[in-house]
Amino acid sequence: MTGTNPTVAPSNPDGALATTVSSSAPGGLVKSVVALDRVVIRLAGDSGDGMQLTGNRFTSETASFGNDLKTLPNFPAEIRAPTGTLPGVSSFQLQFADHDVMTPGDAPDVLVAMNPAALKANLSELPGGGLLILDSDEFTPRNLAKVGYATNPLEDGSLEGWQTVSVALTSMTLEALKDSGLGKKEAERSKNMFTLGLLSWMYHRPTEGTIRFLERQFRRKPEIAAANIAAFRAGYNYGDTTEAFAVSYEIKPAPMKPGRYRNISGNQALALGLVAAGQRSGLPIFLGAYPITPASDILHELSRHKAFNVRTFQAEDEIAGIGAALGASFGGALGITTTSGPGVALKAETIGLAVMTELPLVIVDVQRGGPSTGLPTKTEQSDLLQAMFGRNGEAPIPVIAPRSPGDCFDAAVEAARIALTYRTPVMLLSDGYLANGAEPWAIPDADSLPDLTSAVAFATEPNGEDGEFLPYLRDPETLARAWAIPGTAGMQHRIGGLEKADKTGNISYDPANHDFMTRTRQAKIDGIAASIPLTDVEDPDGDARVAVIGWGSTYGPIGSAARQVRGSGRKVAQIHLRHINPFPSDLGEVLARYDRVICPEMNLGQLSLLLRAKYLVDVQSHTQVSGMPFRSAGLAAVIQDAIDSTTASLNGAQQ
Amino acid sequence: MTVELGMPDAPTPIDAAIARSLEQHGPKVTELKGKDFKTDQEVRWCPGCGDYVILNAVQSFLPSLGIAREDMVIVSGIGCSSRFPYYMNTYGMHSIHGRAPAIATGLAASRPDLSVWVVTGDGDALSIGGNHLIHALRRNVNMTILLFNNRIYGLTKGQYSPTSEVGKVTKSTPMGSLDHPFNPVSLALGADATFVGRAMDSDRKGLTEVLRQAAEHKGTSLVEIYQNCNIFNDGAFELLKDPATGPMWTIPLEHGKPLVFGPDGASCVVREDFGGLRIAETNQVDPSEIVVHDATREDPSYAFALSRLSSQDLRYSPMGVFRKVQKPSYDAMMTEQLDEARLSGPGDLTALLDGGDTWEVKA
Repeated sequence: MTGTNPTVAPSNPDGALATTVSSSAPGGLVKSVVALDRVVIRLAGDSGDGMQLTGNRFTSETASFGNDLKTLPNFPAEIRAPTGTLPGVSSFQLQFADHDVMTPGDAPDVLVAMNPAALKANLSELPGGGLLILDSDEFTPRNLAKVGYATNPLEDGSLEGWQTVSVALTSMTLEALKDSGLGKKEAERSKNMFTLGLLSWMYHRPTEGTIRFLERQFRRKPEIAAANIAAFRAGYNYGDTTEAFAVSYEIKPAPMKPGRYRNISGNQALALGLVAAGQRSGLPIFLGAYPITPASDILHELSRHKAFNVRTFQAEDEIAGIGAALGASFGGALGITTTSGPGVALKAETIGLAVMTELPLVIVDVQRGGPSTGLPTKTEQSDLLQAMFGRNGEAPIPVIAPRSPGDCFDAAVEAARIALTYRTPVMLLSDGYLANGAEPWAIPDADSLPDLTSAVAFATEPNGEDGEFLPYLRDPETLARAWAIPGTAGMQHRIGGLEKADKTGNISYDPANHDFMTRTRQAKIDGIAASIPLTDVEDPDGDARVAVIGWGSTYGPIGSAARQVRGSGRKVAQIHLRHINPFPSDLGEVLARYDRVICPEMNLGQLSLLLRAKYLVDVQSHTQVSGMPFRSAGLAAVIQDAIDSTTASLNGAQQ
Repeated sequence: MTVELGMPDAPTPIDAAIARSLEQHGPKVTELKGKDFKTDQEVRWCPGCGDYVILNAVQSFLPSLGIAREDMVIVSGIGCSSRFPYYMNTYGMHSIHGRAPAIATGLAASRPDLSVWVVTGDGDALSIGGNHLIHALRRNVNMTILLFNNRIYGLTKGQYSPTSEVGKVTKSTPMGSLDHPFNPVSLALGADATFVGRAMDSDRKGLTEVLRQAAEHKGTSLVEIYQNCNIFNDGAFELLKDPATGPMWTIPLEHGKPLVFGPDGASCVVREDFGGLRIAETNQVDPSEIVVHDATREDPSYAFALSRLSSQDLRYSPMGVFRKVQKPSYDAMMTEQLDEARLSGPGDLTALLDGGDTWEVKA
């Protein structure tokens, strides 16, 4: 083992609370335990190193220990870029704490780099003094050359600004597995579990879950399961006995609302929400989807739940995916299609047909960096205007967005509620950050979920004065049209993309009718505002003069920034929108209360544009399109500036 | 607790609506007349259009299938033929250009109790919707696709279509079209379609027979119907329709019968090297060499060879059922998977939400 700093002093790079307690470890080593209130760890390695799996396991251990957490997986679009190169670096960051956390953390306190590429790609984000753990075995001349290191950073002093611990992770893993019967190459693959074991020791994580997981995961290959478990234990024991790590850390469980919890990713929560919507409406679910990053996991998850009357159809293309879903809706199922931005572009014409035929349909867009193929594995919020307007003609549809991974569940149920109640396609805008990120989720009581049975009322008897069925006769309150499904006698009718005559739904080219129907379709969507909650404003003191408004996955970073701003004695209101079309009915009045409204978005100002257009409010747009979520410190600075300059200009005006 | 295979978990609102409908309207009416399938909508095809003949033929033969009107759904795309659903007193959807097979797939896969039909044209099915057509055929979803082939774009007023003959002079090809046409039957067989037939709009008897077999087939059936567009491509099929030339160039396909055709049975179909087929003069070959039509051959290459006998000028056009083989339909297999998944009971939402590693936070 080589190292620039053989023993590590208590790590507290960013002012987190720390108290040190000394304790005695086996072998007479005196090891101390430092209590921290929060930690941000980033695991970085080659795409083939299993960093996502390691991160997910550490997350599970941390969640079950009772810390609050948020995660940020970050991986390349290439499945296996050339080994050891910069494009092949995959990382996983999580923040966990003894209090509620809103983001995966701006910057890591601890960086684990499994090779020189991972070091090079991530070091600039590790603040000075941060803990850096390296696999010294991978710092070979060949690997160094691959990423353009002229000298070995382990030896050239360039890492002196950090607490660097270089550990022979690979060779220690091989040593631990020398009797496993596995070849060198296979045994080497367990080094991620060795690393996980070491981190589990460092942060006092419970280990039983990981052992159970490995046994389950490799139940058909017991020798692999045994090797991984052996490596995991070896890593844990190494931490316990080595002099390289003199300190371990304790982060107490976070106070959380009583209840049963599990760790959940956004895509998983979204899929479960869709299953729940089917169960709570009684309708069969039909998912038509085409594989696309980062939405495919929803298709994978739903295809496992056939016992819930869920049919999944992997279509020949995006268009067929939504087409089949709409066909299923025509037959009385809850039709769903899941995709990302490029898929939405292809589905636009069918969304228009769903607007015209007024059938329920849920369209899930897990947004990624665009335009075109863009950044498939990175996050962005740039499909908002596509969701709003990306169709020919006046084709309004409701748009809603979840704010956190767990919230994807509720958003899915809400999307289904609107679709069924109002017989309309609904756009649910998730994004890559929510989809792959995870957090502890309070498991809801199935029976307390919204009852959607009343939203489904299939007509079986004629509703016309002359005993005929009028498919476009509307509910006076919701403006939803009558919905009769094939198989019900006497209700045969034809619908389609051509303009409908009011009530009868027959083809009509009448100018006045087209004007009326266009306005009616718009009025139906606008009327949804009556069924949604008023604007959600978080303003602890109630007298903030600057508001920050967001939608979707920026909730965490904005919320965390707002906390920092309030911590500095300033006041800020946080407004976060679940419903973007229609907006909550009081949003205009709410915005008008503030001297300044700031709108951070991961696009070039799409919500700002809508707010400005609709409410004539001088919204200050703050944007970022890096494919990465906002850092809360950056947002806090923007909010702080706005508050200080508003106060200054107001004071100036009074003088 | 034992759960029978195929037992639904709980009646869905769909089941409830159908049960309510049966209560309100009495048992399903399946003894119908052709006029029962007509709607009050004025038929708006050009006078003399082949579509009228097809509509009449379909309305007349449907009662023989014994399907209640409410159990039938006709999905169409865009084009002249795609107005078809408006004139049929069944459920219907006039959808988007080319997408009818996709929409029908979702409907048929989620509602195996329905009789699902697609009405499409050569532009709709083979140009903009080509992808959906081949995938519907390979999947074998239970539906009947009627492809009205008039070898022209009618609704957009006369551009050449993917079945137009090379050199077709149209508004968009004043010097003649350059691209080679699809043979829809060959295309369908290439996609391994389990049922492929061809009929002529004006041949009521032949059309009805092919439609009947197509409707009874479990799985996707494709029927190519040669249809005259008297405005933009009049006489496109005259070679086959004219009593003077028709018999000479038409090869009637009858399962189990030797492929002998033409005036006095002068022509026949015999095998050729490399598995192909060719036309021969009946009196020049040994009767044992004449191919006996077998639509049920598992290997589609025979039916494909049949489809290649005709050239783009329509000489030697086989008419009838090319292929009719039984394979499990997609919707039936999907239902089986759902049944299998429910063998140990319907899904339990509480258990699902609770799944994975959970922990309890005490008050």
